[in-house]
Amino acid sequence: MADGTFLLKIINPDRIFFEGNASFVELHTSEGDVGIYPKHIPMTFIVEPGVIRIHTEEGIKEAALHAGFIEVLEDKITIMAESVEWPDEIDIARAEEAKIRAERRLSGKETGIDIAKAELALKRSLARIQLGSKR
Amino acid sequence: MASMRDIKRRKSSIQSTQQITKAMKLVSTVKLQKAKAKAEESKPYFQTMYQTIGSILSKSGAINHPYLVKNDSNKKAVIAISANRGLAGGYNTNLVKLVTSDENLPKEDVLIYNIGSKGREIFLRKGYEIKADYSEVINQPLYKDAVDITQALLKSYRDGEIGEIYLAYTSFKNTVSHVPTLMKLLPMDQDSVKVEEEEGNSGALMNYEPEPEEALEQLIPKYVSSLIYGAFSEAVASENGARMQAMDSATSNAEEMIAGLSLMYNRARQTSITQELTEIIAGADAIN
Repeated sequence: MADGTFLLKIINPDRIFFEGNASFVELHTSEGDVGIYPKHIPMTFIVEPGVIRIHTEEGIKEAALHAGFIEVLEDKITIMAESVEWPDEIDIARAEEAKIRAERRLSGKETGIDIAKAELALKRSLARIQLGSKR
Repeated sequence: MASMRDIKRRKSSIQSTQQITKAMKLVSTVKLQKAKAKAEESKPYFQTMYQTIGSILSKSGAINHPYLVKNDSNKKAVIAISANRGLAGGYNTNLVKLVTSDENLPKEDVLIYNIGSKGREIFLRKGYEIKADYSEVINQPLYKDAVDITQALLKSYRDGEIGEIYLAYTSFKNTVSHVPTLMKLLPMDQDSVKVEEEEGNSGALMNYEPEPEEALEQLIPKYVSSLIYGAFSEAVASENGARMQAMDSATSNAEEMIAGLSLMYNRARQTSITQELTEIIAGADAIN
């Protein structure tokens, strides 16, 4: 494991969601799940809906990250999140409902973009439920 | 000279107008504070997005992507952000003027994606074609709205219905200075975005996962919607700033007029007293 920490910034359109030092961060990207330690090579990923785990000195922080992209530099990581929530901001009942709706749409016979959309919605609701039910 | 009663009536009418403008000024001051805080909070996203896209473009060199190259259509889409309410000084007219006076945007080629009903009125009067209207959005701008507008625009862009996309909004410099701004969104010419990011992370070669072409495909819609959202927040702040200024000057104008009318009223009163006295004295003289 590499030593040291990097500066992690999570920015969403309405505020700076998180800014601080972290030693490791795990998240889902379009190419699969990744974990990033300090001194990573510069890299840009596209984010997929899922849970992001931030390892800081105070412990592990988790949040539901839904869309955006991430820019990794040697000592600095910037996540441009279109939508991101802390566990206590999640409305479980709504997420459950969204999950059921998405599953119904997926089992139906609609085509093309609807399926992609429903899959995204399903992933979003799963991430929310996973985090929200832990609290 | 106007009669005392006329002056009095006029004065009280101005006074009640002044009360209204004063109240409107207070309301827009409060709204401005809120909108300003919001605009400042959304700024980091807006700026980081701009820089990131800039560095991606400059580091990835010649990518032949439809979003970067002009297509055949000479139609130009302009997203014009004005307000739903008037009484904000030149706020709405200045924005429309910015679009109508631009030589690169001839009337026949422009399709307006309008936000703000006041702007729409003026565009329609001038004979512009309004392709879509999202006026309700500006009352309470959400990021989702920006995403929806972006999707509609990018679809027309990919289908070749429009060749260029511009964004016209009023940028919020500070409380007293708001500048109508016209910005080209697509196709992105690499020079326009490149400038900002020379300092910092130069040298290190950026890797992409997925490939740059595909990454851009995903990133550019996000870039466009973040710029639109940033423009929303700034426009709301500018609108309230402009209204506050307009109402402030209206209130002080009313004050001036009231002062003038009070003077006239007092003179008229004095004249009538003097006249009455003269008449009484003349009457008394006649009896003696």
